[in-house]
Order: sequence, then structure tokens, then C-alpha cells
Amino acid sequence: MQFTRRDTLALGLGAAALAGMPSAVLASVEDEIADFTGGAEIADGGVTLDAPEIAENGNTVPISVSAPGAVAIRIVATGNPSPKVATINFGPLAASPSAALRIRLAKTQDILAIARMADGSFRRAAATVKVTIGGCGG
Amino acid sequence: MISRRDFLQVSMAASALVGASGAGNWARLAAQQRLTQDRLLEFDSFGNVTLIHITDIHAQLKPVWFREPSVNLGVGESRGRVPHVTGADFRRLYGIEDGSPSAYALTHDDFSALAREYGRVGGLDRVASVVNAIRAERPGALLLDGGDTWHGSYTCLRTAGQDMVNAMNALGPDAMTFHWEFTLGSERVREIVGGLPFAALGQNIFDAEWDEPSGDFSDYAMFERGGARIAVIGQAFPYMPIANPGWMFPEYSFGIREERMQQLVDEVRGLGADLVVLLSHNGFDTDRKLAGRVRGIDVILSGHTHDALPEPVLAGETVIVASGSNGKFVSRVDLDVRDGRMMGFRHKLIPVFADVIAPDAAMSALIDEQRAPYRDALEEVIGQSESLLYRRGNFNGTWDDLICEALMSEREADIALSPGVRWGPSILPGQDITREDIFNVTSMTYGKAYRTEMTGEFIHVILEDVGDNLFNPDPYYQQGGDMVRVGGLGYRIDITKPQGRRISDLTLLRTGEAIEAAKTYVVAGWASVNEATEGPQIWDVVENHIRRRGSVSVAPNTSVEVVGA
Repeated sequence: MQFTRRDTLALGLGAAALAGMPSAVLASVEDEIADFTGGAEIADGGVTLDAPEIAENGNTVPISVSAPGAVAIRIVATGNPSPKVATINFGPLAASPSAALRIRLAKTQDILAIARMADGSFRRAAATVKVTIGGCGG
Repeated sequence: MISRRDFLQVSMAASALVGASGAGNWARLAAQQRLTQDRLLEFDSFGNVTLIHITDIHAQLKPVWFREPSVNLGVGESRGRVPHVTGADFRRLYGIEDGSPSAYALTHDDFSALAREYGRVGGLDRVASVVNAIRAERPGALLLDGGDTWHGSYTCLRTAGQDMVNAMNALGPDAMTFHWEFTLGSERVREIVGGLPFAALGQNIFDAEWDEPSGDFSDYAMFERGGARIAVIGQAFPYMPIANPGWMFPEYSFGIREERMQQLVDEVRGLGADLVVLLSHNGFDTDRKLAGRVRGIDVILSGHTHDALPEPVLAGETVIVASGSNGKFVSRVDLDVRDGRMMGFRHKLIPVFADVIAPDAAMSALIDEQRAPYRDALEEVIGQSESLLYRRGNFNGTWDDLICEALMSEREADIALSPGVRWGPSILPGQDITREDIFNVTSMTYGKAYRTEMTGEFIHVILEDVGDNLFNPDPYYQQGGDMVRVGGLGYRIDITKPQGRRISDLTLLRTGEAIEAAKTYVVAGWASVNEATEGPQIWDVVENHIRRRGSVSVAPNTSVEVVGA
């Protein structure tokens, strides 16, 4: 567990900030997806999203994504105040449509990886990453 | 819940896999008054490979009392299934008679009375006798240590793990994996690991900066025994930097890394492994889930959650063995490995009854040598206990009630928090409490007792957060400890609810008033994972408290109301 006053304050403020904007956040998650897909159907599968089950440090969470046959992959952090994370475009010379990056997560949430395939269809994968205050391991 | 009969049917249904366990014998042996070393070790040798598993010793070199939990609740798919079965249900499940040696070793009822009858358990010199006897019969037996070995006692803390390293090197494991070892700090861990005469394993120990396997540990070790090739893959505790202070080992990252596990199983099979063993510090529920998702693991030797199971659990064709903690048990698993696969197994969870199993003289001498420089400090009597002091249980234990009482009294706090760790032996009613006893339940490299102010809202957030580490229905999101223990505070928990909705009715016990979200309370606790935590060491706080009281007695704790169990 973490108990310093500073952490207490930081966590309290974070929670307050999030509590104030759930509808705004939801809207922007949908916007982020629609902006990428143009509202097209998204099929599950065909995308591999590797993320830790529990983040060791919510400020820098290593994730990797790959989608054979993709021309672009967009990553969305559905629980962040600003859910936009990255859009990775793969040109014809890209060796493989995969990427590894570190992202910042405000709290426990689902990460989405949406791939635009060469034929214009969309595929997705999701992973839940828990962000915890920790402590107390047996 | 799987009954004994179901278990046998499952083993037979699993193609050629035939399993048997020798645990049911104990009750009969006791009835016949024949609890002897020979009987405890009796084993009808089987197959061509023998594994010996010991785990979570927590630096207990000497015999101890160790009461198993009365409350160990499972959620999701683990609800009501072993290891989440305790007391009379446990005895019924395994056909154990009340009052028998097995009942004493494996369940909590009548603990104090049975302890006087059957004596202490464990002691690494007794463990050495068990291991030596198995090796005499099966010279190629592999001894595998599941970790949490270099932590948990006065001498271990004072020597930064060296006493345990010396003793275990003499015992001679073939491989080991890790958890609390890392709280010695990464430099010390590398120093020890660099000189170990056996394999240091952890496929999930990564370099935090480069996010690739750390070169300081091996993924697996290969052995040839009885004409079979055996791969032992290691899995360290996945949530080390979250459950323990990551600043002590910032170079390392962990996690479950299930996909990599599958790649490694495939890799060792490709190298010709006939048997794949996972030496795991995942915790039991996580191992059971992993066994259902990673193909090709024959045996999981499961540690971390301190469960002692007299029969292995089958998950598909994977055999999961859980060998308890604190040196109380050793598991022997004989395997028939032929034609590149496991054809059958025979298993026994051997209880290390310290008065029945003769100590190994060489190990006794080595243990005495480790303790000699600290003898006076270890043996100093601080006070007496009028009641049973134990730690295990999902929500509280009397040792932690006493520690919380000490924190509130010595640090003048409204509320105390004590971490939900599962290590730490018990004290019988009427027994002296020595300094060693206090260190056995408190020693760690980050033991400072802080005193701080928290709002009611934040206290609630902490309880919800820790509650989810324990009661998230997906084992991959659990951390394997118990609920944070509280002093001066009452609450209600519904273990079936999601995070944020489990905890309610927080009450300040001193006044009987509800905890107010915006109000500030003085909270004392210990084992903060934050760097630069300030305060006296927890063992000094507890020692001062017990010394002041002279004699302590802990009443049953009724301040946590559990719903949905």
C-alpha cells in the first residue's frame, strides 16, 4: 500500500478529475474509434495485443500489438481522460505490421487495438490492464 | 467441489494417466499409534523420475507451530474448490479423521490442543532427513525450491539471506525460483545468484528498461534422470514490483507472460524434453488457470499462496502439487515417464512432524552455526501470550490483531493497517514470546512503521484496492496475499461484488461512528512499498508493546462482516 500524504492527494485529485467527466470520456472513445473506422463494422480477432494484466507502473505500461495484413493500427486507452494513444501506419516496405510502445494509464481500464486491413476491413483486440496502488503481497 | 471419488475418476479418465496419493494413510497410521519416521516417509516407489518440492520456507530453519487458515475463500471458478476449503469441509473432502495428525497438519480446529499432542513442525534439519531418505531410495531425485526462502526470520534479515543460502546450498536443490528474495535489493540478489551451485529460474524475470528477458536468470534447466529428459521451467512471483517495493529492484519487470510460457514449453519439447515441470511462484489459482491455457506442462509445483494439499489437483492433464509453507511439508512426486510423455504419477505430501522425524546432524550443526552469533538476541523473552497467536486467514489473524493493537497504542493512531502476508508461525497459549518469534512475523527489509493522516475516502480506496487483489474473479488479476488487516476499524465486505462496491459500513471502533469520507484519521501501519517511509521498525513497536503489557491476550475479532462467502 502507498500511504504518503502526497500520494493520497495525487490519487484523490485523479479520482475527482475522472469522476467529473465520464460522459465526455465515453464520447471521445467513440469519437476515436469512429474517426479511424468511419463507422465501419469491426470484427474480433486477427489482432494480437500483448499487455500486462496488472501494470507495474501506470505511468509507463509496456504494450505490443501486431496484426498480419494491417496497413494501420490505432490504440485507444478507454479509461484515460484523453483516450487517444497512437495510430501506427505501415507502408508497403514495413517488414511486419507490429509495434511496441509504452503508454500511460490513469486507472484500471480496457486498451483497444483496432487494425485497418489492406482490404479496408477492420479488426480489433482488447486487453484489461489493472492499475493498482499495490502492497501487501503474501 | 471435487470429492476424493471424483478425483480418482478424473485421474483414470485422463487417458493413460494414473495417479495415486499416500496422504489418506496418516489417519489410519495415527489410529494404529504408528506415527513413525518410517511410516511418514513410506512410499511405494513408482516410475523412473522423482521430484521433491519444498516452497515458501520463509527462512524457518527451526521447527515451528503453524496453524492453517480457517477462512480461505475462493471466487469465480475457484469458489468452493480446493485450495479454498478449510476445517471440517477439508477433512471430509480428503477423508481425514478429527484429531488425527493430518487434521492437525492440514486444518485449524483444536489447533492448540493438537499441537501439544503432535508437537512442532518443520525445521530444515528435519527437511534434510526427508530429502536424504528420498535420495537414498531414488538417487536421481530432483529437489526443487519454489522460493520465498531467503526471507522471514531474524537471522535471515541480519545476514541479508546468507543463513538461508548457506543452509540451502548444503541441502542442494537442483533449481529455485523467487519472490521475497528480491526484497534484499537487486544488487544482493545478483551477488547471491551469481554464486549459487544450482539453477536460478524465472522465465518472467525481465529487464524493465528493455522489456526483454533478464540475463541474470535462466528460463529453464534441463536434466536427464532415469532415461528421461526433464525440463524445469521457472516462474517467479508475477507481481513483485506491485506487492513489494519495486524501488528495491528497479531493473526488473515480471508479469505472468503466458505467451512466452507457451513458447518455452514448445521450445523444450522441441529440444526433446519428455517431461515438462513448471516450478512456480504464481499462487494456486493462477497456476490452475495457466494449466488450462498453456499446453504441454505435465507438472506444476505451485508455491506462493501457502496451500498444502494432500492430493494433487488435475487441470486437464497437468498435475498441480501444492506443498504448504514454513518448512511444514515436503512433497514427493514419482513419475512414470516413457516415450516422451508422462504415463502416471504417485504423490505424497509429507508432513514434517519435528518430533517424529529425526534431525539430520550435519544440517543441525550448520543451522546452529548460523544462529550462534545472534543467540542471545533471538532467545530473549519479551512477554507471554495467554491465547493462540496465528496469522493465516483471509481477513484477520490474532498475530495481526496484536500487531495492529501495538501500532495504535505505540504510535497513538485511530486506525492501524497491517499487510495481508501469509508467512509467520504461530504461538501457543501460555508460551513465551521471544524476540525471534516477533521477527518471524514482522521481519522484512521495509519494515518501518509509518504514522500518517488519511481521509475516510482514501481508507475506503485502499480496502477496495486490496480486496480486488484477493477477490477479483480472474486469478490473473489476483496477487495472492490476504486482505489488509485493520485495527480500530470495522467494515463489511461482499466478496461477490466488483471493485469499488465490495466494501461498506466502515466504522471507527473507538467511537462506533461511521467513517466519514471527507474526515481525516490518524493511521499507523507498516510495510509500505513507498521509498523513504519514516518511522520505527515494526518489530521494535511490537516488542515495546508486548514488553509493556507483559502478558498479552487477543480476543476473537468480529469487526469484519463477510458477505457472499
